[in-house]
Amino acid sequence: MMQSLLNLLDLRGRIFLGCLAAVIIIVPICTLLIPAGSMLHMPTYVVALLGKYLCYALLALALDLVWGYCGILSLGHGAFFALGGYAMGMYLMRQIGTRGVYADPILPDFMVFLNYKVLPMTWWGFQSFPYALLMVILVPGLLAFVFGWFAFRSRVTGVYLSIITQALTYALLLAFFRNDMGFGGNNGLTDFKDILGFNVQADGTRVVLLMLSALALAAGYMVARAVTMSKFGKVVIAIRDAESRARFLGYRVETYKLVVFVLSAIMAGIAGALYVPQVGIINPSDFSPANSIEAVIWVAVGGRGTLIGAALGALIVNFGKTYFTGALPELWLFALGMLFVLVTLFLPKGVLGVIDDVMERRRISKRKPMAAE
Amino acid sequence: MSLTFRSLPILAAFFFIFAILGHGLSPARADASDDIFANFATDKFSDTEKAVVGLAASATPNSLTILEALADGRLYFDASTKIVYFKSTDGALYVATSNAKAADVNAAALKKVRLNNTVRSALQSAQGSMGLLAADPARRRSAAEAVFKAHDIAALPAVDLALTRETDSRVKLAFTQARAAILAYDTTATDLQRLTAIDVLRERADQDTLGHLSAIAASSDGRIKTAAQAGMTAIQSRLSLLSGVQNIWYGLSLGSVLLLAAIGLAITFGVMGVINMAHGEMVMLGAYTTFVVQDWIRVHNPALFDYSLLIALPLAFLVTAIVGMMIERIVIRYLYGRPLETLLATFGVSLVLQQAVRSIFGANNREVGAPSFMAGSFDLGGLAITSGRMWIVFFTILVFGLLQLMLKTTSFGLRMRAVTQNRRMASAMGIDTNRIYAMAFGLGSGIAGIAGVALSQIDNVSPNLGQSYIIDSFMVVVFGGVGNLWGTLVAAFTLGIANKFLEPMVGAVLGKILLLVFIIVFIQKRPRGLFAQKGRAVEV
Repeated sequence: MMQSLLNLLDLRGRIFLGCLAAVIIIVPICTLLIPAGSMLHMPTYVVALLGKYLCYALLALALDLVWGYCGILSLGHGAFFALGGYAMGMYLMRQIGTRGVYADPILPDFMVFLNYKVLPMTWWGFQSFPYALLMVILVPGLLAFVFGWFAFRSRVTGVYLSIITQALTYALLLAFFRNDMGFGGNNGLTDFKDILGFNVQADGTRVVLLMLSALALAAGYMVARAVTMSKFGKVVIAIRDAESRARFLGYRVETYKLVVFVLSAIMAGIAGALYVPQVGIINPSDFSPANSIEAVIWVAVGGRGTLIGAALGALIVNFGKTYFTGALPELWLFALGMLFVLVTLFLPKGVLGVIDDVMERRRISKRKPMAAE
Repeated sequence: MSLTFRSLPILAAFFFIFAILGHGLSPARADASDDIFANFATDKFSDTEKAVVGLAASATPNSLTILEALADGRLYFDASTKIVYFKSTDGALYVATSNAKAADVNAAALKKVRLNNTVRSALQSAQGSMGLLAADPARRRSAAEAVFKAHDIAALPAVDLALTRETDSRVKLAFTQARAAILAYDTTATDLQRLTAIDVLRERADQDTLGHLSAIAASSDGRIKTAAQAGMTAIQSRLSLLSGVQNIWYGLSLGSVLLLAAIGLAITFGVMGVINMAHGEMVMLGAYTTFVVQDWIRVHNPALFDYSLLIALPLAFLVTAIVGMMIERIVIRYLYGRPLETLLATFGVSLVLQQAVRSIFGANNREVGAPSFMAGSFDLGGLAITSGRMWIVFFTILVFGLLQLMLKTTSFGLRMRAVTQNRRMASAMGIDTNRIYAMAFGLGSGIAGIAGVALSQIDNVSPNLGQSYIIDSFMVVVFGGVGNLWGTLVAAFTLGIANKFLEPMVGAVLGKILLLVFIIVFIQKRPRGLFAQKGRAVEV
């Protein structure tokens, strides 16, 4: 078992998992054991930030699975991310209990404010953590299944598919903005108190959440790697490269696409569920189509069809975003916009692709003198 | 306390009616008017009120002007000489009694005639009743409307008098209806009188009349009740028909906005298979061009303001067409055959353009004014039609027609259609497809630019203007079918009208969601849209 897992990993994969393991080990030490004031101490806001990035990286990984390996450019993956986030947010809201402003033991504050008398059916069961986890997986998965079932069977492909995925997340954005939906409307869900009895604001909880995010990213990577390395994955890649040919060879293209799409949506949902307790809020703007497109550019920057590249791209772009929006807020959109243009024009394979090219060239140039002798 | 307060206006109205009945509507009596004006100069509310009532009853030639001046706080008196003055709207001072320009006025001694709620309500009813005999037909009409709404029997003699003098047919109709409203309620009138009155009301058919008829039906019985109820049903069915027509009009208006925004996208998408995410920003640039043009006109030549949109149209086309061609030459042409990459790159361009506009013009909304011919609204057989919206519908149809004409009759259009159908074959026939691509992109962007000029009239001009249209435009293009402008037209109007019919039923947001879901499902059934292109191009 262990051996077969290791077989999945090339050198790059081992480095990647090694880095994640390092994060899991070093962050708790730097935050909790090393006292504040020391050079090596890691402040809580860095932990929260890092945790957020890791969730984005998982989202990027999920997106790379469908785009990089199956050629489905989803402009609506933010929707699955946000749905997972809402499922977790609903659990967190139910945990507030009587500590809310209106101190209603069952109804969250916004429902009391909107004159709800009983808990809507959609909220039933969310006081239980396992149920919430189930929903984190089930809701995005089900939506992806229904959506993919129809879309792939009627052979909606290419830009058409991209546009209707965008319409999907846009429709959800509008829906969640409505107060009648019972999901907090404009303000979304926030003011969380604790998760499984631990205070979400506490340093310890934050560190554990970060470690969980790193673990989830590692697990997501392993799953995606296992899928893409398998025979199933080879067919998926064949579909990406020549869909009609794969169909003529007798493969059920829509089934393959559907499985990958649903798997990817579930991963995005889990990323969202980990994201919400670390950020402390989820609101409809997470459904906005611009967010989903931004996630696509993370994948493009890192290099699509590489998995690690996608995660790397998410980290690079978001570090850049944090830096720019703090230091030069005017310039951030210019930088992001130029990133879209430059990456598609000059870096079609992303950062990892460039590294590959450089290594390749070095290997050739090393070999050349030998040939000359 | 509150009781007395509420009863004050009623008291004032009684006072006023009393005054009218007392004086009849007799011509002005010069001796009385001096006393009336003296009442203005005492600086007591009760006297001011007496003066208002007196003035209304006396019907001196300038009494309306004076009441208006009082309402606007332009009525003054000299505390020592007790002479009353009013200021005209341009600031000149007149003596109230003689209506002559005032000379040698001690400005320091002038005091404003003050108002309180009692005086104000007396003033209002005085103005209302005087309005029936005003010189301006529009004012007479609005006075008649006020009487119609209040259906106060005390106003009947005044209405009758006004009716005999009236020459304007529309005002006459308003008076007749006001009279009918009074009579229909009047239990002392004969049944025949009331039935005729109800018939008159029934002809009018609006929400106010419906209210009157249902009140009458509730308070009477026998023939009157049946007539009123029949009138109500007739009005209700007419109103629902009217609201249907109104919805269609709103839908056409929304549809034309969608069409304007989508038509350029349909060209670029249809000809090149390229998704231009920066299309919305072209619309925005067009709107900002309008803003710049109007700004320049305001500073340099205000007289041209009414032509500002006409000036902005070609400029917006030029600006956006150039920007569009630059995008095509610098970015998109390297990405042909890779539609998904084009989508991402143009999204990047859209971010850059948005931020550029934000940096230059600021993040706030910019104000773009409407030229006089597009301002205001008019009434068409019960339909309220805003001039701006109407012009946009006409303009859209014009743009669409011109575009079709260009595609069908010019050599450029022929080439463009050839490239749309089969790029490689067109290239083999000697068409410079690269040039056609660049020009088609310029054309699509240019049309987005002039759409921006039109949209600047009905939407906020802000850096986010484009974003709000881009998804809707995509939906229109995809729904209509690619490479077919008629499909885009049908899709835009269908979605516009459907949206406006859904809105009152389920609310604006849910209506929009339903339409999005509908399109998502529709694309599953007909992946190539309403009017799919036939032939080999489909496979490319």
